[in-house]
Amino acid sequence: MSKFIKIDGVEVPFEEGQTIMDAALAADIYIPHLCHRPGLSPHGSCKLCTVDVNGRAVSSCTMPASEGMEIENDTPALKKVRKTITQMLFVEGNHLCPSCEKTGDCTLQAVAYHLDMLDGHFPQFYPRREVDASHSSLVIDRDRCIMCELCVRASREIDGKDVFAISGRGTGRHLIVNSPTGKLGDSDIELDDLAAHICPVGAILIKDHGYEVPIGRRTFDLHSVAETDLEEVILKKSAHHDEGEERDPNEGGVYGV
Amino acid sequence: MREVFTVSKVRVATTSLAGCFGCHMSFLDMDERIVGLLEHVEFSRSPINDIKHCDPCDIGLVEGALCNADNVHVLKEFRENCKILIAVGACAINGGVPAMRNHFTLQECLEEAFLDMIGVDNPHIPNDVEIPLLLSKVHPLHEVVKVDYYLPGCPPSADAFVKVLTDLLEGKEPSLPKSMLHYD
Repeated sequence: MSKFIKIDGVEVPFEEGQTIMDAALAADIYIPHLCHRPGLSPHGSCKLCTVDVNGRAVSSCTMPASEGMEIENDTPALKKVRKTITQMLFVEGNHLCPSCEKTGDCTLQAVAYHLDMLDGHFPQFYPRREVDASHSSLVIDRDRCIMCELCVRASREIDGKDVFAISGRGTGRHLIVNSPTGKLGDSDIELDDLAAHICPVGAILIKDHGYEVPIGRRTFDLHSVAETDLEEVILKKSAHHDEGEERDPNEGGVYGV
Repeated sequence: MREVFTVSKVRVATTSLAGCFGCHMSFLDMDERIVGLLEHVEFSRSPINDIKHCDPCDIGLVEGALCNADNVHVLKEFRENCKILIAVGACAINGGVPAMRNHFTLQECLEEAFLDMIGVDNPHIPNDVEIPLLLSKVHPLHEVVKVDYYLPGCPPSADAFVKVLTDLLEGKEPSLPKSMLHYD
């Protein structure tokens, strides 16, 4: 017999071992998130998936579902908190959407749209962060890194390489590369690795594929981040180096949808 | 009668600080809809009519970030005179492209632009007293004055301008539908 949790009053079935996020995604219920991705171990760092469980705030990507949980997810109060978290993510990095290749395909931006964020609210940090363009087909622009560790986990758990880590504390926190020089060009990352494609923002980009899909026809120009079947749409982007793939000129294509 | 009609119009001022005037160009992209708008609105200080100073207004639209002392002066004039101040576009909201110079010192920027760049003729850093002093860093508007509403985009679409101004003219809280909410 299935067990159930309640999310915003709706009964959602779960299996033993599933987190609240797993159960919600399986039931097509969107809980905003940035650092979570099915198939990778949960990280619980972005806190966007914070929900209220029987009156207590928890991260839904790390909290195991259990019988009798009454969960609040889509409420004005949580939306406000999530918007504030997103604003803090924007001001502590250099997120200049108009000059970023990832605009329209960026999950941080899409979450901000979803939460009706119009401004950063807080004073800008304008941190000075290093660019690493040493790799022949990848570039790291740390200005946009939100320390979600998706690349860290993808490299470790899926690619079996351990190319990335986060180092330092507070405002000095930054993405580091496991190579003798600390440069991506000297690491063993390859273009086919999941870590090369998983970045939800524009911190890890593929070289020679800029602006292939015009702004206005990109993933989140055509879809809301709240669509729970987006994973397939986004995965299609990883197929960018499969040459000869036919694409519909009205729908993104290689880098978009 | 005419005077009563004039007084009842909503007064709007606009300016571009450290911006590219792209937001103003996009504003004008509303094309013939500006005729309808002018039934209800008259412009105070704006590059559209070249009036140089802001008088008491209902709505101020400010494009661009703050990169020099004159920008700060103009912004404060707007804040003092406008009941509602709207930060328009990416630069006004988070510094945008002008803020990319914040990665470097002001000295480095000046040397690159006026001394070291390829093709510089008679290299010297301009020092005419007429030139406003540059701020050491570029800042968005809300770090200096209270901003009432934000209109994101680079630039915001003409539809977004129309929506926000129409909402305000109708006495409603301005709100952008998802389709008009873009940061790029």
